[in-house]
Amino acid sequence: MAAICLPFCAGRCNLTLFFKEALPTRFLMNPLLRFIAELQDVSLLLWRSIVSLRHGPRYFAETLRQMDMIGVGSLPIVLLTGFFTGGVLVLQTYPTLEYYSLQNESGRSVATSLIRELGPVLSALMVSGRIGSAIAAELGSMVVSQQIEAMRALGTDPIRKLVVPRITALIMMLPLLTVAADIFGLIGGGIVANYIYGQDIHVFSESVRNGISTKDIIAGMVKPIFFGFIIGLVACHKGLSTSGGTVGVGRSVTNSVVTASIWVIIFDFFLAKALQYLLDIGRI
Amino acid sequence: MLVDEANSALPLSDDIEFTDMKEAVDSPDRVAPVIEFRDVCLSFDEKVILNGISFSVRRGETKIILGRSGGGKSTVIRLILGLIKPDSGRILIDGEDITDHDEPALMTVRQKMGMVFQEGALFDSLPVYENVAYRLREQGVEEDEVEAEVRRMLRFVALEDAIEKMPSELSGGMRRRVGIARALVGDPEIVLFDEPTAGLDPPTARTICELAIKLRDLHDVSSIFVTHEMNNLRYLSSEYAVIDEGGEVRFEKEGERLCMINTEILMLRDGKVGFEGKDEELLRSEDPYIRTFVHGK
Repeated sequence: MAAICLPFCAGRCNLTLFFKEALPTRFLMNPLLRFIAELQDVSLLLWRSIVSLRHGPRYFAETLRQMDMIGVGSLPIVLLTGFFTGGVLVLQTYPTLEYYSLQNESGRSVATSLIRELGPVLSALMVSGRIGSAIAAELGSMVVSQQIEAMRALGTDPIRKLVVPRITALIMMLPLLTVAADIFGLIGGGIVANYIYGQDIHVFSESVRNGISTKDIIAGMVKPIFFGFIIGLVACHKGLSTSGGTVGVGRSVTNSVVTASIWVIIFDFFLAKALQYLLDIGRI
Repeated sequence: MLVDEANSALPLSDDIEFTDMKEAVDSPDRVAPVIEFRDVCLSFDEKVILNGISFSVRRGETKIILGRSGGGKSTVIRLILGLIKPDSGRILIDGEDITDHDEPALMTVRQKMGMVFQEGALFDSLPVYENVAYRLREQGVEEDEVEAEVRRMLRFVALEDAIEKMPSELSGGMRRRVGIARALVGDPEIVLFDEPTAGLDPPTARTICELAIKLRDLHDVSSIFVTHEMNNLRYLSSEYAVIDEGGEVRFEKEGERLCMINTEILMLRDGKVGFEGKDEELLRSEDPYIRTFVHGK
């Protein structure tokens, strides 16, 4: 019972309360019940994070520190990812477009792909790998070394102090990182088009300008907000539910990255569909 | 005896305040227990950890909780702090029933308590100063006051020199002492020690016990001291701290004519209270389990 109970909910937060007679083996062996229990724990964490926003204390310094770590710290890998993704998109699509005599539209193709899809998703996956894992490892280590309990014993709510600043920082920084990745992707695409295929850079940039609309940019900015939220919530949940010492910390890190990445990709589909409907984009 | 000596020998340090023991002893508040367990039960999975535990701790009293590893000693402390909830029974702190308190209400109750963890549980990303100052910073205390209080507490545990060190630079014993300093910031009425001497060499373990004795005898702090080491029991239940004429703290043994009434032992056995009483009664017990535990045979 206690093994799957988050440390902040004092043993009264999960389905085990309602299935007490059936515990623990049947409960843990049943993947559906385990999934529902985990969903409940995540929902509770989310609810408590939202509720904690209503009252002080608020940790602005910690939020800024996290924004620096997430934003500035992740900038190099996100820029590299964006640059080479833009480059490879042009590298692969240019010959096909040339076959149909549409090579002047290569900028449009790379801009649309990057800004609507690849920029947000790849940035989210990179941040999930770098930051999601770091959050899960940090919180997991704090759990196994009793630092979370010490924090609670000293009268601090770990959700206020640790979870809210991290999720807030991710929600604020991931859209900015995505914009940076998009810009570097377009630069990478332009360089490949110009240096490898000999396309005039003005033709490429004109094609980019024609290819993207304000709606595309809005769609590209909305997605990372959700992705940042998912990565933060999953990483904090996995970290805080760590059990089993240092091995457990490793398991939490792996689970955090895998789960967040999967949810990012699943949510991307539904978000794309919702944005298509709401913003009337992506239709021919 | 301790009352007069403690009150007459304050020049130990300007910044250590001693409780007026005479006034404290006469106070009607002392009759009410500071910590009270009423028929508390708790199980994890199908394993019963506590099965109808009842006990109380008076103001200024130290309750030593003995028991084998995994016997629920640390669980008692976590229940007092509200870190976990009992399956049944009631837990009262300072007369207030905290059993059904939610997390925000528990935060207020925890302000009265300090907790010393087994491994110190220091925040490893913060230096010693920030660790000890943690509670005061959370309360928004002015920086000048924070620094004075942190230095006072670090002096109390004789670690003022380590103020700028990171936890990773400290030895095991130093980490525990910083943990004690952190727990004592804000002058809590209750201090909970969760096996604070586990894995320490005998002299360092003795130092930790002396700190607990000083808190009990000179600061009127109620405490629970979880341990399974008989040396700790011997120190805590047979020695007391006084201030000598020079203002120095001195530890004396209770001897044959004096019996300390501010320290009791609670032994947990199979989830129940196996023994509760004074150390003399424990040592005289003919119960085979207690004899094995106390004498090792």
